[in-house]
Amino acid sequence: VFKRFVEIGRVAFISFGPHAGKLVAIVDVIDQNRALVDGPCSGVRRQAMPFKCMQLTDFVLKFPHSARQKCVRLAWEKENINEKWAATRWAKKIEAREKKAKMTDFDRYKVMKAKKMRNRIIKHEMKKLQKMSSKKGKKPEKSEKPEKSEKAQKSEKVQKAPKAQK
Amino acid sequence: MAGEKAAGEKKAGEKKPAKKKTDEKKPAEQKASQKEVGEKKKKIKKHHASRNPVLARGIGRYSRSAMYARKALYKRKYTAPETKIEKKKKEKPRATITKPVGGDKNGGSRVVKIRKMPRYYPTEDVPRKLLSHGKKPFCQHKRRLRASITPGTVLILLTGRHRGKRVVFLKQLATGLLLVTGPLVINRVPLRRAHQKFVIATSTKVDITGVKIPKHLTDAYFKKKRLRKPKHQEGEIFDTEKEKYEITEQRKSDQKAVDSQILARIKKVPQLRGYLRSTFCLSNGVYPHKLVF
Repeated sequence: VFKRFVEIGRVAFISFGPHAGKLVAIVDVIDQNRALVDGPCSGVRRQAMPFKCMQLTDFVLKFPHSARQKCVRLAWEKENINEKWAATRWAKKIEAREKKAKMTDFDRYKVMKAKKMRNRIIKHEMKKLQKMSSKKGKKPEKSEKPEKSEKAQKSEKVQKAPKAQK
Repeated sequence: MAGEKAAGEKKAGEKKPAKKKTDEKKPAEQKASQKEVGEKKKKIKKHHASRNPVLARGIGRYSRSAMYARKALYKRKYTAPETKIEKKKKEKPRATITKPVGGDKNGGSRVVKIRKMPRYYPTEDVPRKLLSHGKKPFCQHKRRLRASITPGTVLILLTGRHRGKRVVFLKQLATGLLLVTGPLVINRVPLRRAHQKFVIATSTKVDITGVKIPKHLTDAYFKKKRLRKPKHQEGEIFDTEKEKYEITEQRKSDQKAVDSQILARIKKVPQLRGYLRSTFCLSNGVYPHKLVF
């Protein structure tokens, strides 16, 4: 039922407060509501932090409880948490949200054009397959699979184009 | 007694003016002699002392008419010669004019004054103005420009017939209005003025360094022209004002001159041309206060 637990070494994401958006490692538990927390590689000083503002991630580091900052840093860099984090979908979603909020009017226009083009391509392929299936009644199963693969290909192309321009 | 006193006073009185006059005479004579040396043939006017001895201060011995005789004013009557101009001047400007009057029983004409007396006299020449401080006329106002608007910025027009169109900003004019162009080929917005307040400045900028904008594009160039002829033609008051705006050749040539420079730079940026062709609109879920322009 629960997969992520509060434990020594658990890396957490701070959701609100002055350090919102940063990663920290739980060094020790103070009481029911607070933990001693440290983020040497993310610019968070060693401090007490309530659990409420932390969201647990999948990463766990190995260091003993109340270890000093140097140890936490070593463990962090050994596991390469920063890169692993950037590769997660969670971090990517956050980044996409930020980019969308920063979009200027010109960017919005470019995205609109890209979306339009992509949808056209998809529709085009769909129509082609529909035609084929209508011609020969035995092809509805096969038509589904190539659709999805084509969609994935085109969406990748289109996503890369506007974001590269940004 | 009065006579003796008068005589006595007369003597005393005589001396004083005589003395004064002699004093005055001397410098006058000196001056006169000096003048003689400088200018040879000018008549020296020797001013006579007062021919009216003083009895008491303010009271002279002789009456007005006696003085007239003593000063020989009957001889000294000067009039300026009548010149041709004076003769011409005798033709005074017409004070009245006769105008014909219609109607049977009114007699044919009336005599009307050309220059009439004023109908109203204001009791003060200039009405007193209440003391005010720092109220300047429009021409002296400070013109401000938002920091987000720089030459080459793409603006979104919000009002007017070109609302929603994206347009390139060129410069701010003397009255504070912004000079803006479509360019015409892209979105049918000519060289035009736009008001700063009714415009959204986007962060997209076209590089306009080196674009030369002709100097005759000022506010007077763009101002709407209105014909005002005071001849009252009751039926056609509204027709005399220009109904249709006609594009002059000068405007076309100016448009070409500016646009050709700008189009070259627009082509360099990918998709910018299409962007300027499109219009801005809001749709569901789009909130202007949340948009970054």
